[in-house]
Amino acid sequence: MSPSTEAVQESWSAIERGRRRRPVEYVVERGIFLVSLSAILMVFLIFLFVGREGLPVLLGRQTSAALAEVIPVADMDKTPPAKLQRYLGLTGTQFQEMDRETKLELMTLKAEGAQTLGKEKDARLNTLEWRYLLFPYQWTGYDRPEAIWQPVSTIHKYNILPLLIGTLKATLVALLFSVPVSLAAAIYVSQLAHPSHKEWMKPAIEMLSGIPSVVLGFFALLVMASFLQPLFGYESRLNAFVAGLALGIAIIPVVFSISEDALTSVPPAYKQAALALGSTPWQAAWKVILPAAVPGVCAAVVLGFGRAIGETMIVLMASGNASIVSASLFDSTRTITATIAAELAETVFGEHHYRMLFLLGALLFAATFLSNLLATRIMTGLKARMEGRA
Amino acid sequence: MSSAAASTPSETLPASAGFETRRRDRASMVGTAITGGATLLLLLLLGVILGNILVSGLPGLSIRFIISGADKDMFDVNKAGVLPMIVGTSLRVILMTLFVIPVGVITAIYLTEYANPVSLTTRIIRTAVNNLAGVPSIVFGLFGLGFFINFAGGTLDDLFRPRGAEPLWAKPGILWASLTLAVMTLPLVIVATEESLKAIPVGLREASLALGATKLETVRKIVLPQALPGILTGGILAVGRAGGEVAPILFTGAAYYMAQYPRALTDQFMDLGYHTFILSTQSPNIDQTRPILYATVLVLLLLTFTLNVVAILLRARIRRRARASH
Amino acid sequence: MSATLMDPTPVKSPAVMTPPPAGPTEPATAARELIRARDLSLYYGPSRALKSINLGIQERLVTAFIGPSGCGKSTFLRCFNRMNDLIDHVRIEGRIEIGGHDIHAKNVDVIELRKRVGMVFQKSNPFPKSIYENIAYGLRLHGMRERSRIDEVVEQSLRGAALWDEVKDRLHGSALGLSGGQQQRLCIARAIAIRPQILLMDEPASALDPIATARVEELILELKKDYTIVIVTHNMQQAARISDHTAFFYLGELIEYDATVKIFTNPSRKQTEDYVTGRFG
Repeated sequence: MSPSTEAVQESWSAIERGRRRRPVEYVVERGIFLVSLSAILMVFLIFLFVGREGLPVLLGRQTSAALAEVIPVADMDKTPPAKLQRYLGLTGTQFQEMDRETKLELMTLKAEGAQTLGKEKDARLNTLEWRYLLFPYQWTGYDRPEAIWQPVSTIHKYNILPLLIGTLKATLVALLFSVPVSLAAAIYVSQLAHPSHKEWMKPAIEMLSGIPSVVLGFFALLVMASFLQPLFGYESRLNAFVAGLALGIAIIPVVFSISEDALTSVPPAYKQAALALGSTPWQAAWKVILPAAVPGVCAAVVLGFGRAIGETMIVLMASGNASIVSASLFDSTRTITATIAAELAETVFGEHHYRMLFLLGALLFAATFLSNLLATRIMTGLKARMEGRA
Repeated sequence: MSSAAASTPSETLPASAGFETRRRDRASMVGTAITGGATLLLLLLLGVILGNILVSGLPGLSIRFIISGADKDMFDVNKAGVLPMIVGTSLRVILMTLFVIPVGVITAIYLTEYANPVSLTTRIIRTAVNNLAGVPSIVFGLFGLGFFINFAGGTLDDLFRPRGAEPLWAKPGILWASLTLAVMTLPLVIVATEESLKAIPVGLREASLALGATKLETVRKIVLPQALPGILTGGILAVGRAGGEVAPILFTGAAYYMAQYPRALTDQFMDLGYHTFILSTQSPNIDQTRPILYATVLVLLLLTFTLNVVAILLRARIRRRARASH
Repeated sequence: MSATLMDPTPVKSPAVMTPPPAGPTEPATAARELIRARDLSLYYGPSRALKSINLGIQERLVTAFIGPSGCGKSTFLRCFNRMNDLIDHVRIEGRIEIGGHDIHAKNVDVIELRKRVGMVFQKSNPFPKSIYENIAYGLRLHGMRERSRIDEVVEQSLRGAALWDEVKDRLHGSALGLSGGQQQRLCIARAIAIRPQILLMDEPASALDPIATARVEELILELKKDYTIVIVTHNMQQAARISDHTAFFYLGELIEYDATVKIFTNPSRKQTEDYVTGRFG
């Protein structure tokens, strides 16, 4: 063997000296993997912590009856401290720091209160039961069954129908306004506009998404409401219609952008074939491109829906916030999101009103989660189809 | 919108239809007009909103307005200012960036550089990111209250505070608001970074690996420097979005009024968006406070909208470059 | 695996025990063999892209792989520095030995392997850094820290790639400002800077104009003195001009492997003849 071959042999045996351990690298790469799981963790935690606070209501473990069992003042020492604390509605530290006299006083007050309350028929109802949450009920003093959300008086009325209807009304207006306009604009920008115009039109329309929702709410409250009222001649200045239109502006960028992407991703061969057969650009867009992009447009609408039911500040500021059940779009209305935003600050941690609002939040989360899942499903299906064809 | 259905194709082309005259199809003209009109309407809408705020906001915008605090005269046109709100909003956004950028960028790196695109884990991560992007902002607010304040804050207080003391962590504060916003903007950063990572030619990675670089060295020295514009876009997008959000901070940190600037992570803060909400809904006399309301909105827009515009333009540039390099 | 390590001529299966009459002959030269593929098969998922390839590559010669596109020649080339490891669902059977060592063995460090087996790609891919940094990158990776030493090797490598005179005044300018041919020579300089023994070239001139191609070919002939070069090319004239040995691949099989002169003037297989005379491909 010549020396040079030996040198080569020596060098090559280095590759076999064993896989070099790179512990730092290994740790860093594991770390990257773990950090990347944080998105999953966050979705899980949102599910857990929003759901957890609302769960007792769902499971019927919470009661809102204003008049529960009364513990006689004389029985105070016999009652377990935990039960007493709950009965008096105190936090742990409050309970510990309070002296016996004050507690006795509180119990007396409670018993007296119960006596007055005892005259009220509804005071013994647990208004968190399903039938009170979902169906109209004839409350004392009312002449017919009504669905009422009124968590502030002695009798907490938690019927969610007015909120559901309010949310749906505002969302309906938003979709009716934004979907046709956004879709039409998407067709124009993606198919009919001159390419050099398209370059700036798309980002320009997408800039609508850069306006914070509190600013849109402000605009609806101050400008749109005053402008629209004389135009349509309705009574309440703030209503589902005004809020819905502003909500529509908020979801236009979503619906427009995704529809435009869907229309653009239709293989250009379709359009060329249609044009070669003598159709006008409009006919090609309407009869060939649009049908091929229908799933993408559906996904856009579903995502727009999810965005609209979850939007808070606009409806909080422009809907009037009256929780009434009515079919008219021009009545003041109250949505789920606005209810949470407006009322959570007044609630006490762990109390039924607090839990009820979290339950509404969980409901909202579930609804948007499902609509997102649906939209993603539609879009991945579409993408696979387009790539298969291309 | 049903105009196309009305188009009646003639059985045979009339002999007189020469190709030098452009065929005039009524349905086509109506359709083009309607869609063009819709486009115009949207552009007009943007113009009207921005124009209205600019025109009505500029007169109220003065140096004094920007550099003075609100004091007790929040609704006094001649004394009110927005400095505490600008400071509060900036602080919470900067703090958020510190949390969201590292996590978002690392997740994007995992998804593009390491993950097997068809594996179950990858699909679950992607689904989670997509869904996180669609969670309503008010739900993030509830989450911030339930998880960060009550759970995390409560645990911290139990561990480090004497029993019976005033809660320090288990109450709204700038740290919790920033963390809540960081969770909310995580998908924006992930998607923007991923997009820019994907735009980097595979050839560069191969060249580095063929020189005997490890994967991590390749990511650190070749891939990441190239992805900086995308990371920047993601960051700007997140800041622009979070800067104007109010719902997530309603219960996690924003204060109606604060006499002092926030000095600790547990302090509450005043916020431009929340202040806009207060001025629009709780003013004793809306006509009188209109100038400061408009000026506040203008300041908010200047801070968030401009950032969003920059991000949209940056993203458009990255996309064009990506198309060119593939 | 360990049993085959001892045995210089491993017997894989009974089918191979009968002398293969139709198998590709090997070019007879005095040069020492550096690379040896034994029954190498490669699968993309279920489909078999390379079919039991046996071939030896000799030291300090230029070996060309030719064949129609999709015949597996590039895939085969990428086995030598294990670039196929990066692709999911790729599975390899058989073995590749370099200097007598199985490069797929468990104890082989792929980073060490790639340091010794350089690669130049079809599309020139300089890093978006300065010319100097492009070459210094590999040196720093492998632990060279001293500035003066790096300067020295950068110059040597650029001279080695016949690029020094063209770029010496703008070493710190962006590599992306170079012409296509210069970029490709920079990639060659980058590859030789870390002193590999083998240089793999995957159609290095396919994206270049004729003048730039000629310069790269000249360079390859120059580099042959110090390096063992394996080049994939779709250009038969190029293979004829620069290579000593030529292997013809078709549909994942090695059809014929011999001295270049023999392949182009007197091939022993009909398919090879059809291909080199331009009847298909």
